[in-house]
Amino acid sequence: MPLSKMNNNGNLLEVTDLRTYFDTEDGIVKAVDGISFQLKRGETLGIVGESGSGKSVTNLSIIRLVPTPPGKIVSGKVIFDGQNLLTLSNEAVRHIRGRRIAMIFQDPMTSLNPFMKVSRQLMEMTRLHLGHTKQQAYEHAIKMLETVGIPDARARANNYPHEFSGGMRQRVMIAMALSCEPELLIADEPTTALDVTIQAQILELIKRLKQATGTSVILITHDLGIVAGMTDHLLVMYAGKIFEQAPTKELFATPGNPYTKGLLRSVPDPTAEQGELYQIPGLPPDVAHLPPGCPFAARCDRVQEICHREFPPFVQLTADHCSLCHFAHEVYEESRAEGARSSESNL
Amino acid sequence: MSTQETNPDSIVEMPPPIESGHGDPLIAIRDLKVYFPIAGNRNVKAVDGVTIDIYAGETLGLVGESGCGKSTLGRAILRLVEPTSGQVLYRNNDLAKLSTRELRKHRRHLQIIFQDPYASLNPRMTVGQIVGEPLDTFRIARGRGAEQRVQELLETVGLSKRFTKRYPHEFSGGQRQRIGIARALAVDPDFIVADEPISALDVSIQAQIMNLLEKLQREKNLTYLFISHDLRAIRHVSDRVAVMYLGKLVEIAGAKAIYADPLMPYTKALISAVPVPDPVVEATRQRIVLEGDVPSPINPPTGCRFHTRCPYMIETCKQVVPPLVEIKPNHFAACIRISPDQPDIEKVAPGAAPGLEAAEQVISQ
Ligand SMILES: Nc1ncnc2c1ncn2[C@@H]1O[C@H](COP(=O)(O)OP(=O)(O)OP(=O)(O)O)[C@@H](O)[C@H]1O
Ligand SMILES: Nc1ncnc2c1ncn2[C@@H]1O[C@H](COP(=O)(O)OP(=O)(O)O)[C@@H](O)[C@H]1O
Ligand code: SF4
Ligand code: SF4
Ligand SMILES: [Mg+2]
Ligand SMILES: [Mg+2]
Repeated sequence: MPLSKMNNNGNLLEVTDLRTYFDTEDGIVKAVDGISFQLKRGETLGIVGESGSGKSVTNLSIIRLVPTPPGKIVSGKVIFDGQNLLTLSNEAVRHIRGRRIAMIFQDPMTSLNPFMKVSRQLMEMTRLHLGHTKQQAYEHAIKMLETVGIPDARARANNYPHEFSGGMRQRVMIAMALSCEPELLIADEPTTALDVTIQAQILELIKRLKQATGTSVILITHDLGIVAGMTDHLLVMYAGKIFEQAPTKELFATPGNPYTKGLLRSVPDPTAEQGELYQIPGLPPDVAHLPPGCPFAARCDRVQEICHREFPPFVQLTADHCSLCHFAHEVYEESRAEGARSSESNL
Repeated sequence: MSTQETNPDSIVEMPPPIESGHGDPLIAIRDLKVYFPIAGNRNVKAVDGVTIDIYAGETLGLVGESGCGKSTLGRAILRLVEPTSGQVLYRNNDLAKLSTRELRKHRRHLQIIFQDPYASLNPRMTVGQIVGEPLDTFRIARGRGAEQRVQELLETVGLSKRFTKRYPHEFSGGQRQRIGIARALAVDPDFIVADEPISALDVSIQAQIMNLLEKLQREKNLTYLFISHDLRAIRHVSDRVAVMYLGKLVEIAGAKAIYADPLMPYTKALISAVPVPDPVVEATRQRIVLEGDVPSPINPPTGCRFHTRCPYMIETCKQVVPPLVEIKPNHFAACIRISPDQPDIEKVAPGAAPGLEAAEQVISQ
């Protein structure tokens, strides 16, 4: 039933100049402040950044779930398969949500009803969106539980969410999200609450399902290790802005922004010698009271006078690599030189 | 699970190994058990026979999945929970046998910092009161002296001394963690249990706190038990690493060795599950994905507790509780399918259990 599989250069999603502000006692929180990006069909986009950088609000904005008030999408376009979701009626958006765009969250209990059997929750999805009969919906629910690897699915379908372990609940939520074969899956920290071995299970599952169905994915996480293995493109967010965006491999190999470089260096590398870890000094800024100039200036190790005065430009480095920094070109060239040096030393 | 098939009488429990090495340990843990009684006359076997030495000046990393007993072990060392059996020796003193006064004297040398900087600080006390409280409890300083000490401590952990009059809610997660560390340092401890001290923090702040803990260790010759489920952090801060599974230690080795050369199948899976922040490595990496969840510590599997998820399991694994054996120098692992002669489980003949003989020798000695 996918409508016009119209071709926007193969883009399933195009976000342009999105701004979402919250009106709080402390002033206007510019949670997302003028971000733009595209997602092609079948691709996975990662969004990384520290707590409060605007990752979740970006995605709540895309699916129009920003709590209003205090929140408000003040500008921008979210073009999903040719339609601007921000100007559609609530009714039309509700039809897209769950059916064509599905979400999974860090805490599965935000999507699961604790008082309803798992089978019924899955059945409601396909009865509502795909017009399944009770019988069809039930069989589909069982099939989905099997797909996500719930052992003995037919018996477990009659359980309530609290009767599952954390990892299994996450699977049930994924089964629910994928039950209508959405074109876009948004996963907000889907494994943050889980142990590494269970995290590995869930990530493998998302990869496998993606390969099988061709679903596009937006994966939000603060773990650079996860995005390294799971994504094609990457956005690095800081204080409501995109600080850098690039294909994942390129971003790791030749970062063009001091914040990205700092983030990459502050993750311990298990294969390297121990020693002092690089640390970004200071704290993420309070987005209600940003100073003029670059929001990272107070923490940046190559800050210049201009950074305190002028907001940095979003510099295009290569066809699909951009960085928000007065010195983006220099930083990028340094990364390239470092890359060349380290690959020489590996020979 | 096929635990019902095995006859409990046939289960062999082997004695823990005596560790060789680095002179007298600061903390010696001997066959420690902590059981929590629950309804129906049953027990949660949170810690079930742990033996390990912690040496002065080292950081011992403790990893394992949630619920495997890490926090309980850390708390039992400090006697914040009462051990069910076994010993904890601090400088060769059995803490359980000391009088209240003697315990108090030693107790101040053992401190803890917690995962959740939000929950572990009293919201109604000022930072000055929080950090100064142990000075009073252990009668170390009062009045002006105490005030001055608190200011010094705040500066030691990288906070402004002007913060003394402020309340915890006015601080970020990383700053609160620093307050917790200042409080632990107040009494000049020599051993600190750091229970998931960075798990609730952002990446950039995690690096700050890890560096701070390492700096303090160098300056004050501290010994840490660093508990975390984050193997990358553990690898970074630890000298040695102990891996825990369902109440038991299953592998102990140098931090580098445990990463580069894990021997026991659970450790192998754990290490392979860690995402590496390098897309080139990730693209070609073979991951061991374990099936199923961690079993319940109320009714843990018989024999090797990992047998329900272990890809190398054979029938004997359900019957023999593998002891920690020194498979390579200073590298201990609990698995009957490997031995010092055959340390690589991949190369062991199908169905063979070379560790069984070595294990039986341990018993007969
Ligand atoms: N309902 C709300 N009311 C007021 N401010 C909000 C609300 N929701 C989010 N914000 C603010 O918007 C900013 C971005 O929040 P967001 O949840 O997108 O961060 P995030 O990048 O997802 O962080 P985390 O990694 O902690 O999930 C923060 O400053 C946050 O405090
Ligand atoms: N006070 C308690 N009463 C009952 N069970 C407990 C108590 N404290 C911990 N446990 C149980 O003991 C086991 C180990 O817990 P814990 O040491 O907190 O694990 P970890 O720190 O490794 O996540 C878990 O099954 C936990 O639920
Ligand atoms: S603009 Fe200046 S402060 Fe901002 S990241 Fe670039 S160099 Fe650093
Ligand atoms: S003893 Fe058996 S079940 Fe346990 S880790 Fe070794 S092979 Fe696996
Ligand atoms: Mg979020
Ligand atoms: Mg714990």
